[in-house]
This record gives sequence, C-alpha cells and structure tokens, in this order.
Amino acid sequence: MSEDTTVACRQVEITNSLGLHVRPAMKFVELASRFPCEVRVRHNDNEFNGKSLLELTMMAAECGTRLELVARGPDALAAIEALAELVSARFYEDEDGEPVEAAPPPEPGR
Amino acid sequence: MSPWTRRPRADAAGSPATPRRDQADFPGGSSSPGLNRWGPGMRPKATANPTTRPASRTMQVLQGIAISPGIAMGPVIVVDRSGLALPTRAIAEEGVTAELERLDRGLRDARQAAENDAIEARDRLGPQYAEILTAHGRMIADPTLQREARQRLENERISAEHAVLEVLEGYAARLEGYVGSHLAARAADVRDIQGRILSQLIGARPEPIQDVLASPMIVLAHDLTPSEAAGLDPRRVPGFATEAGGRASHTAIVAAALEIPAVAGLGPILDRACNCRTVIIDGDQGLLILDPDEATQEHYRRLATERSERFAVLARQADRPDATLDGCTVELWGNIEFGGEVAACLELGAVGVGLFRTEFLFLNAQEPPGEDEQFAVYAAVVRSMAGRPVTIRTLDLGADKIAGYRPGTGPESNPALGLRSLRLSLRDPAIFRPQLRAMLRAATLGDVRVLFPLVSTLAELRAARTALEGVAGELRAEGHPIPERISVGIMVEVPAAALMADHLAKEVDFFSIGTNDLIQYTLAVDRTNETVAELYSAADPSVLKLITMVVEACRKQGIPATVCGTMGGEPLYAMLLLGLGIRQLSMPPHQLPEIKRVIRSIRLEDAQALAAEALSRPTAREVAELLDAALRQALVEPISGSADAVRPSASAGMVGQGAAS
Repeated sequence: MSEDTTVACRQVEITNSLGLHVRPAMKFVELASRFPCEVRVRHNDNEFNGKSLLELTMMAAECGTRLELVARGPDALAAIEALAELVSARFYEDEDGEPVEAAPPPEPGR
Repeated sequence: MSPWTRRPRADAAGSPATPRRDQADFPGGSSSPGLNRWGPGMRPKATANPTTRPASRTMQVLQGIAISPGIAMGPVIVVDRSGLALPTRAIAEEGVTAELERLDRGLRDARQAAENDAIEARDRLGPQYAEILTAHGRMIADPTLQREARQRLENERISAEHAVLEVLEGYAARLEGYVGSHLAARAADVRDIQGRILSQLIGARPEPIQDVLASPMIVLAHDLTPSEAAGLDPRRVPGFATEAGGRASHTAIVAAALEIPAVAGLGPILDRACNCRTVIIDGDQGLLILDPDEATQEHYRRLATERSERFAVLARQADRPDATLDGCTVELWGNIEFGGEVAACLELGAVGVGLFRTEFLFLNAQEPPGEDEQFAVYAAVVRSMAGRPVTIRTLDLGADKIAGYRPGTGPESNPALGLRSLRLSLRDPAIFRPQLRAMLRAATLGDVRVLFPLVSTLAELRAARTALEGVAGELRAEGHPIPERISVGIMVEVPAAALMADHLAKEVDFFSIGTNDLIQYTLAVDRTNETVAELYSAADPSVLKLITMVVEACRKQGIPATVCGTMGGEPLYAMLLLGLGIRQLSMPPHQLPEIKRVIRSIRLEDAQALAAEALSRPTAREVAELLDAALRQALVEPISGSADAVRPSASAGMVGQGAAS
C-alpha cells in the first residue's frame, strides 16, 4: 500500500448556488479525510489541501467555479470518484443550502 | 493571596526590566531610540497577519468615556474577552518542544470542547446551530492550521497562543477582504475558533495581566474588574481602555488612584485594535486613538510635556495655604487605597487622609485579613502621615466590587440594595470586630478617625458605635492605650441619610459625603451600566438639594462635612461645593494641585452666587452649563508666570501620570 503512487485527476464544477460555503466544504473535507491518499484541489493555478476546511474556505469557490481534483496515493481513484460525485450532486443541498432529504449518504467507494 | 503582596507600586520595584514610568508613557515616536525599548518581538498582536497590510495603517479615533485623566502612548496588548491575558510572545529556545506539545494539546482539547458543545447544542438549539459548532470543531482540527501554527512556533520561537493567533488572524483578515461576500462573514467563525483555542491554551495557566508583559504595554480589554485594575502596575501598564464600563465605576476610581490614564465604554473595539502597533489613551477627552499618525503623536507628546510642566508648577505650590481670593480657607484631603499613596498626599499638600479605603485588603483574599495583618497596614499609613489625621473607612464591599470572600449569602438579584458595606459588617462580627480592633490599635499611633460607610438609618449608626465601643473596652482591658475619644463619622451616600442628616449629625463627629453612591441611589442609576450611565450626573438638582441638607445639618450641629466622592476632585464642581458651604474636599492625591488652583482662583462670594443660581435650575443640563461657564470665567488667567517655569524632569515620577487635568 505504501508503494501506491496512483495519481487521479478530475475536473469538476461547483454548481450549487451558494458556492463552496462552509457546510459543503465540511462535507468535502469529511469525505476526503476518509481516504488515505492526499487530496489536492486546484483553482486558478493555486493548490489547496482538500482535507483542510480552512484552505477550502479561503479558496472562495463561487457557483460556476471549475476545480481540478487531484488525488495521490492509496485509494486515489476511489477518492476522486466519491468526491466528484459529491460535487456534482451539489453536496446534497438545495438552492437555499438546505439539505436534500432524499440524498444517499456519500460513501467511500471501494 | 493578599492584594498587598501584589500592591502595584511595591511589586514592580525590583524588576530591572521595568523602564521608568515617564519613559514608559512616552516612547518618543518611531524615530526615537525610546521605541526600541520594546523590541520588535514585544507587540503580541502587531505582528499578526504578516501577509497583508504591511505598512500603511489608518489612524482611528474612538470616543469613549474618560475615567482617569492623563495621556499614555505606546504598544498595545489586547486582553482576551474572557479576561485572560496572552502570555509573552517570545519563548526560550529550549521551551519549543514543550510548547509544541502544549499547542497540540490545546488544539485537541479545543476541538473536543467544540464537539461537546455541538452535541449539547443539537438537543437544545437544533441541528443547524450544532452544525456550525461542528464546523468549528473541524476547523480547529484543521491540518493546515496545525501545520502552520507549529511552523510559526518553531521558526519564530513564540508561544502557542501567539502562533495560533497570528495564523488565524491572517486567515481572518483575508476573509474580511472579500467585502460583500458571504466569505467576509467567515472571519467571525475564524475569530470564534481563535477564541476557543486561546481560552483552552490560556485556561491551562491563568496569569495576572501584567505578569505576562515583558515590557510596558497599554491594555485593551472588554472590561476590567476593580480588582483586576487594582492589580495593574502603572509602570508596566501605562494606560488602559475597555469596551464596557463607565465614569463612576470602581475601576475608574482605582485607575485614578493608580494614576493610570484610562478610557471606558468604547463599545466593540478589540477586533479593530488587535492589529495596532501604537495606541494613544487620552484620559482627559476619553479618546482611544489607534495607530496615530506622526502629527497626532507629536501633538500628544507636546501635550504631555505641557502637562508635566504644569503639574510641576502646581506641585511646588503645594504647601501654600488653600484659600480663596477673599480669604476663605478650604481643607484639601487625600483619598487613598494603598499605603504607597501617602507619599503623594504629603508631597501635594493634603492636610490628611480623608478616605482610606480598606476593601483591597479583602479583595482576592480567601480568608478575611486578620487583625494583626490589618493593623500592620493601618499602622504604616498612620505612621507615615506623621500626626496628620487618617480617616479609615470600614469595609465597603458589595455592589460592583468583587469579593473573593463573602460569607453566608447566595447571589443577590439586586446587590446594590443588598447585603453590602456596613450592613455586611454588622451582620458578621468575624469581619467587623478584627477590623475595628485593628483600627483602634492604629489610633494609638496617631490621629485615626473611624468612618462607617453606607449608613441608612440612625439605628445602624448606633449599632456600629456600640460595636466600636465594645471593642474599645476590650482593648483597654487588654492594656492597649486606646485614646479616650475616637472621632467617628459616617458616609452620607444614601438619600435616607441625607434626609435624616439633622438627627444623624447629633451622634457623629463628622460627615463624609460619598457623592458616587449618593448620585446612584438618588437617581436610581447604576453607574457602571453604560446603557444608562448618561443619566448619572453630579449636576442633578436633586443631588445638590441633598448636599445642601447635609451642609445645613452640619452647620447647625457644628461638625464638618467633607465631600470625598469623585465630585470633590473635579474642578467643575469644586467651586459649586464651596458655594454650597463645603469647606473640606477629599480626592485622589493627583487631583489636589488642580483643585488647589481652582480654590485659589475664585472668590467665595462668586461661588455662593453660583451655588444659589445652580439650586434654582431645574435640570442637570442647565446646572452643568452654568458650572462650565463659571469655571471658564474663573480660570481665564494662566496658572503661572514664566519665572515660575519648571523643567518637566523636575517631577519625573509624575510625568504623564495624568496628574492635572
């Protein structure tokens, strides 16, 4: 496992109307932290730690922002898969940032 | 711990790093070598947020309430809202490993606390609020925060508190830059977790404010309790400003006693002030100036020099008799809290101590101080006054004073009207008797006068006198040479006492009018409550009427009445009080020179005419306007000719101490 240097990338777009505010960012961090691999988020030539709520908040990703997710290490592919799904599902929030009841809980894919 | 062991003027004397007080107040501006005294690493909050706003700082002038006169200028320390002070920024190299562990532990504990709060909030306040707290917990546990704080701690060798503070301030400032965006509001979240982590870190080792200061700094806090203020050392804390508080709070009295320029009631300022390099406290105008520009600094330096010159001149006139232009003699006395203030009383020409407050013996004490401990303190003051009278007031604890020791009672819903002051003493002989014994024993060494506070009824006065006589009998039986006659007086500070002054006057040797409480009880205004503080006015006609009644009762009975509240030391009221018939004023020693000046500049007949006019006015505002105009007119002449000029260094110890106002 420690030899695993898999790198996975995925382009995503923030589509929930409030952007990557605290609650979605927290969901992102929570999910990312379940994977042993490193998770980076690239935005405008800057790179942020996908497991840091502070850094993601500083990223100031509004609705429509395109991000590149990069995972490096064990479970990188699964991590990218799960995180991309979370983003495309608009973090399971509606237009007002209220949780969408029917949302399936995001699981670390395996 | 007895407050006397941390008596401000005593406990700093041995500190070699402590600059002289006058230097501490006036660093001399950024171009002066004086500023280097603080060193680059000694501004806890000034180095925060290094990534933004490096050079240009905008001056901000904030209006508050002036509570202690004088000017102080210098670097600043913001005291945490919880009342805990940040430790020194720099740490020793060998302490880094331990400090890193402390940082990790602090983050861990703070996260745990936030998560516990979240669980609790979920039940009580619902899931949405809980989610915010959960997010705070996550932010505290943030790997980036931990990494950056550790790096900063190691690289700069600073305490965990400052490492956290500086990292998070950087984030908060960047977030605030997103003006108009919801991100700007995230700054408050960052500050919230900052507070959580800091209180976790500091909570592990609370320290008195100034003990964490490596160099003199102006303290900014949400509020300071009287005992916190009492613990300040003017040489290490040349000035302070608070968001809360008001003019006649005990914190104000303490600040004036310590001659620390201070401003209160500023409203929310700490967030704005925490990145300041230099601030000015203008304790005359009630201003806090953040990051003053060079012209403003120059202005205040000049003001300070003028003040010290003026004070030196006035101090030299201390031993001239205090009489009006038409020959009416007025006795000026000193109010003191600490033995160390006797020197100032003597130097500035007080005829005696008109009010020796004893609360500070009791504040912060686990046990009430014993008879011998009290005797030692009283005896020292009586001896240093060398035969001049010393008026010792029995314990006046309660209301806004915090008592570490207060027996028997739970919290009171209305402490100002509750078991306080003489009521407490009469109820608890274990407090009262040792104090009376100590006072009477001190009376064998000089002219000691006993003063009972907060007397509301004749019955209370009689009960207090009975206790005193009982104790005197005991002491005589034990062989102490207690004087045959002890002068006994009461504070007139409850309207009931003023209204019954004619009867009370027959059973005492003197009255002392405590204007602060008298105003508070007459106008039903909590003087420390900033929302109603504006209703508190010494110029209110109702107060003047009560004072007139007291003066009249004294005149009929042939006993003296002293005014020992804040009013007595304010130039605006000195002339009025004189006109109302008061011939004795007692005040913090530093106010003596200015009041002497007022007394010597006016005529009794003018003062009497002024008082008559004031008594006819129906509102406080009209009285205040009248006084203001009268004072201006009376003091048009400059205080001294140039021949009398004295260099500021002649009274170096007093420079910038807000002496005269």
